[in-house]
Amino acid sequence: MTVSLIVEQLLNGLQFGFMLFLMAAGLTLIFGVMGLINLAHGSFYMIGAFACAAVAAATGSYWVGLAASLAAAAAAGALVEVAVIRRLYRRDHLDQVLATFALILVFSEGTRWVFGSFPLYLTVPDFLSGPVALPGGIDYPLFRFAIILIGLVIAVGLFLLIARTRLGIRIRAGESDREMIAALGVDIRKLYTTVFAIGAALAGLAGALVGTIQSVQVGMGEPVLILAFVVIIIGGLGSIVGALVSAILVGLADTLGRFLLPVAFDTFMDSSTANNVGSALASMLIYILMALVLFLRPTGLFGTRAH
Amino acid sequence: MRNSLSLLTAAVAAMALATAANAETLKVGMITTLSGGGAALGIDVRDGFMLAIKQAGADIEVIAQDDQRKPDIAVQLADKMVQSDKVDVLTGIIWSNLAIAVVPAVVQQGKFYLSPNAGPSLLAGERCHENYFNVAWQNDNLAEAAGGYANDAGYSNSFLLAPNYPAGRDMLTGYKRFYKGAVANEVYTKLGANEYAPEIAQIRASGADSVYFFLPGGMGIAFLKQYAQSGLDIPLVGPAFSFDQGILQAVGEAAMGVKNTSQWNKDIDNPTNKAFVESFQAEYGRLPSLYASQGFDTASLLISAMGKASVSDADAFRDALRAADFKSTRGDFAFAPNHHPIQDIYVREVIKEGDVYTNKIVGVAMTDHANAYIDDCQM
Repeated sequence: MTVSLIVEQLLNGLQFGFMLFLMAAGLTLIFGVMGLINLAHGSFYMIGAFACAAVAAATGSYWVGLAASLAAAAAAGALVEVAVIRRLYRRDHLDQVLATFALILVFSEGTRWVFGSFPLYLTVPDFLSGPVALPGGIDYPLFRFAIILIGLVIAVGLFLLIARTRLGIRIRAGESDREMIAALGVDIRKLYTTVFAIGAALAGLAGALVGTIQSVQVGMGEPVLILAFVVIIIGGLGSIVGALVSAILVGLADTLGRFLLPVAFDTFMDSSTANNVGSALASMLIYILMALVLFLRPTGLFGTRAH
Repeated sequence: MRNSLSLLTAAVAAMALATAANAETLKVGMITTLSGGGAALGIDVRDGFMLAIKQAGADIEVIAQDDQRKPDIAVQLADKMVQSDKVDVLTGIIWSNLAIAVVPAVVQQGKFYLSPNAGPSLLAGERCHENYFNVAWQNDNLAEAAGGYANDAGYSNSFLLAPNYPAGRDMLTGYKRFYKGAVANEVYTKLGANEYAPEIAQIRASGADSVYFFLPGGMGIAFLKQYAQSGLDIPLVGPAFSFDQGILQAVGEAAMGVKNTSQWNKDIDNPTNKAFVESFQAEYGRLPSLYASQGFDTASLLISAMGKASVSDADAFRDALRAADFKSTRGDFAFAPNHHPIQDIYVREVIKEGDVYTNKIVGVAMTDHANAYIDDCQM
């Protein structure tokens, strides 16, 4: 095992973490402000990927596709908020889960109806394509660097949005006392729609970026949704900083676990059993991590109140 | 009076029975994956199956339902189809872990199961059953051919990659059974994983001269795209499951030139196959994949057996299935003693025909190949 391999794996973990953050940020924002459990978040991820693939194929430009992914997911988010979600804020979480689960089915079948069941073509734009050479003889895919960078920009942008802008003040106020902020004359309905659209747009962007190096297909959102929930539970529900820290933690744990556990077991078992046991344990690792965090800190790493 | 009434009732009942036997509709329960990352596979199997029935005008009623690639749902569907829909034959399962969960219980209840895809070693060997037939392949088959191809290509240090489930383990076992070189490393990933950066980094560090991988459906798309971005140029080889017609369009340029092994391709030269490829394209507006050919062959086998015996006579129906008296899209087809195919396996190469990525046969890897588990099977 060489140093360059370990560095490469750390980069992989970091990149995976930022990808999870894009997904988890919107989810935790929506939960924090509106107290809503949104299972349909994975559908916005899928909508973003399909919009990007379809528009990139039609226009030939990846960037137009990326813009379309943000627009399409935000529009779908706003529409869903106005048409369905708005009726659910006062209901308990079980009703929310049922309704947003129904939305998953509607979006999946709708997408299948429009685009068919076969995966769409979407690939990395030429100038972000291929590997870049790093010191120490590491070749690392340029596009994955771009994901890390975009994740960082979004993280800083969200932080500034919440800490420095009027909208951010309202979001924070909405988080702590929604009756009071409504009484003060803020249009809480418009605020909720805006926050929901921002969350959906982030998921759509994540879908487009990830779809570029994975596959654009119906149902792509649900496995990521589960990971995103793990991330916001570890980070503490409603906390953006928590989501960032926990996403990177989960990304690193998953990547390094997959790579190191089989090697670790190999030292005291025969190699095929070690591979089996190691990879089985690696796929459980983040859930073990979640259980551990919940045991030590029931509200998550940055969670302040119990929901 | 009472006598004549009961006579009349008996006569009516007998007539009803007779019409029922004449218009005997065979009921098929199809449990397959129609949603999520494996949907393209199940849809192709279903479409191929339905096409054969439509062309033959066979009196078969198909109840097709989605298993979502989840073993528990597949088991529920099987129970429902056997107990409440009263199907005669089951088919459709794509994934080996689902087949292992469903098939043994179904065949023990006296139903027939025809596998259009999954062929786990367990069901070919110690858990084989007289009512279980596999029309596609035993899992190891295409992998064995890939191992043979790796020898011919002069590879001596392969990196092996597969998902951690029964078919993944079969696919590595099959490859190692024929491949004579060294194994650089053997890595199992989570079934359904879409992120292969950690494994690609390991490939880079391993010093392998070839990468053998089995990643069906969306997993294969993700791996091939990420592999192309990594700048690695170690040759790839694998069974056809990462290079089927549905996947190739989504992968595009990244798959060009890769060698893969399959029991079927659209350019196999026989009249059945030619007609199948043309009619599939006309019916569904896309090229068929190997999964579609397997679905088509499964239905053709079933129709051939229906012509010879009634499904209510299980022994006769079983013999009719065993005879495999149907025209396969693959050309020659026969069953080995453990009810798995004896067939040729080809080496294919990914090419571009006009705007469409597809496969071309470049050689024959194995002729009349059966499987390694015949001796383990006591029927």
